[in-house]
Amino acid sequence: MDKVHAVELKGVTKSFGSNMANKNIDLFVDKGEIMALLGENGSGKTTLMNILAGIYLPDEGRVFVDGKEVTIRSPKDAFDNRIGMIHQHFKLVDVFTAAENVVLGLEGTGRLDLKAASSKVREISRKYGFDIDPDKKVYEMSVSEKQTVEIIKVLYRGADILILDEPTAVLTPQEIEKLFAVMRAMRRDGKSIIIITHKLNEVMAVSDVVAVLRKGEHIGTVRTSETSPQALTEMMVGRKVELNIGRKDPVDPKPRLTIAGLTVRDSEGVKKLDDVGFIAFGGEILGIAGIAGSGQKELLEAVAGLRKIESGSIIYTPEGKAPAELVGKTPMEIKDAGVALAFVPEDRLGMGLVGGMGMTGNMLLRSWHKGKGIFVDRKAPEKLAADVMERLEVVTPGIYYPVRKLSGGNVQKVLVGREIASSPSVLMSAYAVRGLDINTSYTIYNLMCQQKEKGVAVIFVGEDLDVLLELCDRILVLCGGKVSGVVDARNVTKEQLGLLMTSVGGKEEN
Amino acid sequence: MHGKTPFVRLTKRENMPKGKVWMIRFGSFIFALLIGMVIFAVIGAKPLSAYGSIIQGALGRRTGIRQVVRDAIPLLGTALALAPCFKMRYWNIGGEGQITMGAVAATFFAVHFKNMPAVALLLIMAVAGIVLGSVWALIPAIFKSRWGTNETLFTLMMNYIAIGIAAWLVGGPWEGKPGSQIMPVFTSNAILPKVMGVNCGWIVVLVLTVLVFVYMRYTKHGYEVHVLGESENTARYAGMNVPKIIKRTAALSGAICGLVGFMVVSGSDGTLYSDVAGGAGFTAITVCWLAQLNPFAMIVIALMLSVLSKGASTLQSAMGIPASITDILTGIILLSMLGCEFFINYKMHFRKSAEKEAA
Repeated sequence: MDKVHAVELKGVTKSFGSNMANKNIDLFVDKGEIMALLGENGSGKTTLMNILAGIYLPDEGRVFVDGKEVTIRSPKDAFDNRIGMIHQHFKLVDVFTAAENVVLGLEGTGRLDLKAASSKVREISRKYGFDIDPDKKVYEMSVSEKQTVEIIKVLYRGADILILDEPTAVLTPQEIEKLFAVMRAMRRDGKSIIIITHKLNEVMAVSDVVAVLRKGEHIGTVRTSETSPQALTEMMVGRKVELNIGRKDPVDPKPRLTIAGLTVRDSEGVKKLDDVGFIAFGGEILGIAGIAGSGQKELLEAVAGLRKIESGSIIYTPEGKAPAELVGKTPMEIKDAGVALAFVPEDRLGMGLVGGMGMTGNMLLRSWHKGKGIFVDRKAPEKLAADVMERLEVVTPGIYYPVRKLSGGNVQKVLVGREIASSPSVLMSAYAVRGLDINTSYTIYNLMCQQKEKGVAVIFVGEDLDVLLELCDRILVLCGGKVSGVVDARNVTKEQLGLLMTSVGGKEEN
Repeated sequence: MHGKTPFVRLTKRENMPKGKVWMIRFGSFIFALLIGMVIFAVIGAKPLSAYGSIIQGALGRRTGIRQVVRDAIPLLGTALALAPCFKMRYWNIGGEGQITMGAVAATFFAVHFKNMPAVALLLIMAVAGIVLGSVWALIPAIFKSRWGTNETLFTLMMNYIAIGIAAWLVGGPWEGKPGSQIMPVFTSNAILPKVMGVNCGWIVVLVLTVLVFVYMRYTKHGYEVHVLGESENTARYAGMNVPKIIKRTAALSGAICGLVGFMVVSGSDGTLYSDVAGGAGFTAITVCWLAQLNPFAMIVIALMLSVLSKGASTLQSAMGIPASITDILTGIILLSMLGCEFFINYKMHFRKSAEKEAA
């Protein structure tokens, strides 16, 4: 008889329509072990974990917890088997306190004892080293605190097997370190943890074993101490990949966008950008870093003419032309002047793409107003769609196939491809690689580098600091709508960036 | 015991062949008719002869057919008017009021310019209907685009105001015999000419069908409406003027409704009643969705609903079955047609006995 595993999957298969998300997967995790689940996008990681969490039911296959076969039909069944999942998007009630959120949905007997809940939350926090006030309301919390509440919620329900779906995507380097410390504390306590992540350095830092999925199949499980990032990438992609961004030094940078004193308020009158000023040069990539919601979106939208600007100026100097003020121009005029914006929102589609239309209809978004008369011209976008499809290797049954049904990477290729095809002289991109796998991400980075070498001023808003450090020439850090600092990407550390992200000028707060 | 797989599981399916999709839709229509038979049986009528008398009453004689076509005109016209709004996800349920205001405007000229030549008067009446109908639809759209008000409630409320105005005019300033609370019939120069026994409105709506189809499919406006319906943010990012598109589309919708109002007073009724719209503004919503916003499919659906309602009156006189039974029938058809989309989008897996061994 084998050793009894904390959780084991045998022959698990799950398909959606004709798409096999998981094929005959055998996988196990032991007690007191941290397993990293690695795989490209669409390799079936989240589907597999959702099966454990009771969101999906497998088509075939069996699940064992502590050696006993179980059927998990709902999240409640999952909790009954002491499995808890922390999803990428938090599921918390904003106006409730941490403790209230933790007990929410639990079937108790009699009246609600919030005091007892609070003290139990405190006890859990002490045990694993969380830093949280049980009586703080969720809307007053930072992203990392919200995540802590989610983890405590799962522990409170007695979970011994924790699944974390890309927990580090939204955290600063310092917060990631804290999370890892907590994970190690939980491991000491005999909990099993499965962490889904894209970032290889995190896999190396925190996990004991790594399981790799590729196209729905389990390629293998290796001990972290016996592998390397390069080897893991090859397992993931199935062939050798060059994990290098060929960053060249900027050639003859000239000011392209000169922004000064830019102040923007949202519809409720809250200042989203406060006296922002910087220069973006042609032939360089300017990275923008910051905690989510520090004004990145507002900055790009202000430049693109999509936000009302309270004060400030944006001087645009295209190659060989006279400088022009962009403030006060319509989005269409700014676009036609050569300022392109590719913003990938959380749902990937909502800004810049129409899910129900094919590639042609989406190419048309840039040119629909062109030409005389009342009819739209579909010839040119048709050609453009075919062109983008070929050049960026977009996988789609055809240029009329709705982009909503394409995988994330292909959707983003359509968006970025369209903006690049307009030969812009300023290319702003936000979260261009959001949720993309390593391979496709590098395709996008290389496209950005090509644009830079052509003399385009590229502005790249990203979440992954490692990438920003490797890809960009300079990095502008935003903190609460203010410019916290502009640093040379070749001579700065992640920790320094992290400090700038959390306090203006990078000074420690006390 | 474990191994309790649920009895039915659902999985999403994609790319069902077109032929199969239409088979399912047609099948659900037949299914609805079968349920209808059960209802006829329950109230004690012979189901087959009930259907027979609906068909007979509506299509058996020439006058029946003419009435069916006459009643289908406002249904089709209003459904065409609503289509761009619905494509934009702007829930204009104010067709009723926009028809009424169009009818009021047309009637104003019919009453006050009795001596004009027919062609000129009819043109003025049509234009007046179009203008007031679009103004009526524009009011909620302005509020929506400026202050983000809810257009569903707003357009609905505008209906009752319009009907109130029409009722006051009919019973007040424009009243015929004192105390009658109704208006006299229009002079003949304010009546639409007939073509093949039905007022020429049918030609107008058929032309409109083609125009709306082309508008939605091939024009810049149609593209804007489509994009905005899918995502307002994308529309903004593409540099579209969102408030303008909302107002323009609502106004267009109201204009067509207003034209329908003119055709009802001048074509089928020959005078203004306060319930001139007669529910067409609401039934057209059904037509619009059953046709899945396809203008040509709307012709078929409008005719079908019109046959049902004409047949209903025969049913009442010939078999003593309340005419309202066809409303139930329409409801069942709508429900099963909309419900069948579920089977087009999802596949059901029943628990297999083979899975027992896994337990």
